[in-house]
Amino acid sequence: MSKAKKVPYLVDRPMSFCPGCGHGIVIRLVAECLEELEQSDNIVFPIGVGCSSLLGGGVEADRLHCSHGRAGAVATAIKRCNPNNVVISYQGDGDAYSIGIGETTSAAYRNEKFTTIIINNTNYGMTGGQMSNTTLPNQKTNTSVYGRDCSVTGNPLRFPELAADQFNVGYAARGSVHDVANIRKTKSYIKKALEMQLSGAGYSVVEVLSPCPTNWKMEPLEAMKHISEHVTTYFPLGEFVEKEEK
Amino acid sequence: MADMMKGNVAIAEAAIRAGARLYAGYPITPSTEIMEYMSWRMAEVDGVFVQAESEIAGINMIIGGAACGVRAITASSGPGISLKQEGMTTLSDEELPAVVVNMVRYGNGIGTLYSAQCDYHRETRGGGNGDYRCIVLCPSSIQEATELMVLAFDLAEKYRMVSVFMSEGALGQMMEPCELPPMRDLPRYPWGFDGKYTNKKIGIFDRNSRDEAVLLNEKYNRVKENEQRWEANSIEDADYVLVAYGLPGRASIGAAKELRAEGYKVGVIRVITAWPFPEKAFEEVNPNVKGFITIEANATGQLIDDVALTALRTIENKVQCYCRPHVYGIPSVKAIKQDFIDVINGNMKEVY
Amino acid sequence: MLKVLTSPERCKQCSLCIDACPKQAISFGTEINEGGYNYTVIDDDKCIACGMCYTICPDGVYEVLGDK
Repeated sequence: MSKAKKVPYLVDRPMSFCPGCGHGIVIRLVAECLEELEQSDNIVFPIGVGCSSLLGGGVEADRLHCSHGRAGAVATAIKRCNPNNVVISYQGDGDAYSIGIGETTSAAYRNEKFTTIIINNTNYGMTGGQMSNTTLPNQKTNTSVYGRDCSVTGNPLRFPELAADQFNVGYAARGSVHDVANIRKTKSYIKKALEMQLSGAGYSVVEVLSPCPTNWKMEPLEAMKHISEHVTTYFPLGEFVEKEEK
Repeated sequence: MADMMKGNVAIAEAAIRAGARLYAGYPITPSTEIMEYMSWRMAEVDGVFVQAESEIAGINMIIGGAACGVRAITASSGPGISLKQEGMTTLSDEELPAVVVNMVRYGNGIGTLYSAQCDYHRETRGGGNGDYRCIVLCPSSIQEATELMVLAFDLAEKYRMVSVFMSEGALGQMMEPCELPPMRDLPRYPWGFDGKYTNKKIGIFDRNSRDEAVLLNEKYNRVKENEQRWEANSIEDADYVLVAYGLPGRASIGAAKELRAEGYKVGVIRVITAWPFPEKAFEEVNPNVKGFITIEANATGQLIDDVALTALRTIENKVQCYCRPHVYGIPSVKAIKQDFIDVINGNMKEVY
Repeated sequence: MLKVLTSPERCKQCSLCIDACPKQAISFGTEINEGGYNYTVIDDDKCIACGMCYTICPDGVYEVLGDK
């Protein structure tokens, strides 16, 4: 007994991510969830700047390439103007947590009824691997060449926990794509987030730990192992809040 | 019957009647009453109001609404509009229509609360990165403000670009009798997001920037050809022509009238569209005109640049171009008359 | 019997599928695709159509046909 599995039409075309990058996996999971929820033709993607913007070249759907960090604000207006559309802001950790932290937290704070998917690869990928707000302590990047010194840079930010603890959001979780089991679990988080949006009960966010083999200077398999052994120790996986659906 | 209305309230209500169904912004004096009015009025017409966390978020919400085909408007003043430049260049890039109101206050940095015209260069040239233009409409009365608000939405829609509604802080704060435009019940723009990817244009990434830029420039040339607006008085035989816009423009009309009565052949061009600049008005000016005098509420003289360039293009003889920057406030009729006297007495040096 | 369809032109040779396959049915072939990558091939005799490759592949190379 085997089940047929085909990349959903929404994203069934080549995308220009680096070999072993996790973006492609997450994008497919999002598309699968939309298909299963019968929302593939009811979707608008405000897309962030950075590697996440490469989604724009691969998805056949309404989408807007937002200014850097502003997807939370753009998504707010799209969802409020088109409440019956599913709205997913697709962003990276640099876009959502650094330059766009104001827009991201404010959308969560207002409990806007859209979903944010944030790819956390602990660095700025598109610009070549600089330190981000999620770079691990002591992690070497192009702007923390001796390793991140948290005494001068602050500590890595845990946004889903912040949203869950401080704001009245509907759903907040962190998944990972470092192996098949976690990919499946991450898909269940994304699906719950979208169900939360469909119920109208509140803001939903899923952060996904994702490899950046190019800038981590690792082989793809090594990068997956790095997530499981190191990244998950600072960024715990799981669901942090799940409000009753409306 | 015309009712007495405060400028900012009339501007907000005119926007609603013109079809605005999304307001997002951040309060700043002297534009705040527009936002306050929208905060309750938008709900009455089933529109969307968002008190944004910042000016930048506000303009990006305008982008989101406009992308859904909703008539969207935000209002601010000098420093707030500085923050909005990122969004305005993005709107221009995506060819999304929107109306941005700048109730100008004087100053650099966070500025002051004085009514002024110091943002002329920024609004007419585009303060964001890139190669774009915005239509810039400048009312000189509350009545005209309500009419230009309707025009601002119509031109934004027609050309799919940003209309900047550039007024002075004082116009928003004063009261005048005003007849509001009729309420329009308009459908959304037909090309907005519907979740079904019905319209393939928006957000497409494999773009040809060179071809797009050429097309965009052709569009801007159409706007220049078709949308120049101005009010002119007695320019055909004028020795001197005052050029101004907004409330100083209104005062200049009064000054020119009085100077005429005193025997001086003075005309006036009141600029209504700061962009496209009304070159056609200058074609009607006496070819033997001796000078143009701009009356401005800023310190450096900004309108003068457009006037001098336009005089070069439209008038065969070299014409002296003078500028009297009053820094801020609304120059009185008396002060403007004195400016003219200074010119003819040789007490004001030409700029160009 | 063919159980998994592949789009070799999409493969970027990241090897995640090779590691994830429980039956060691996937390996790099000898051909190079347009992107310059030495793309994967599936040994149909070993393949059990479990879909691990589909799940882990970031580039949509695999389609599991499944039982009709």
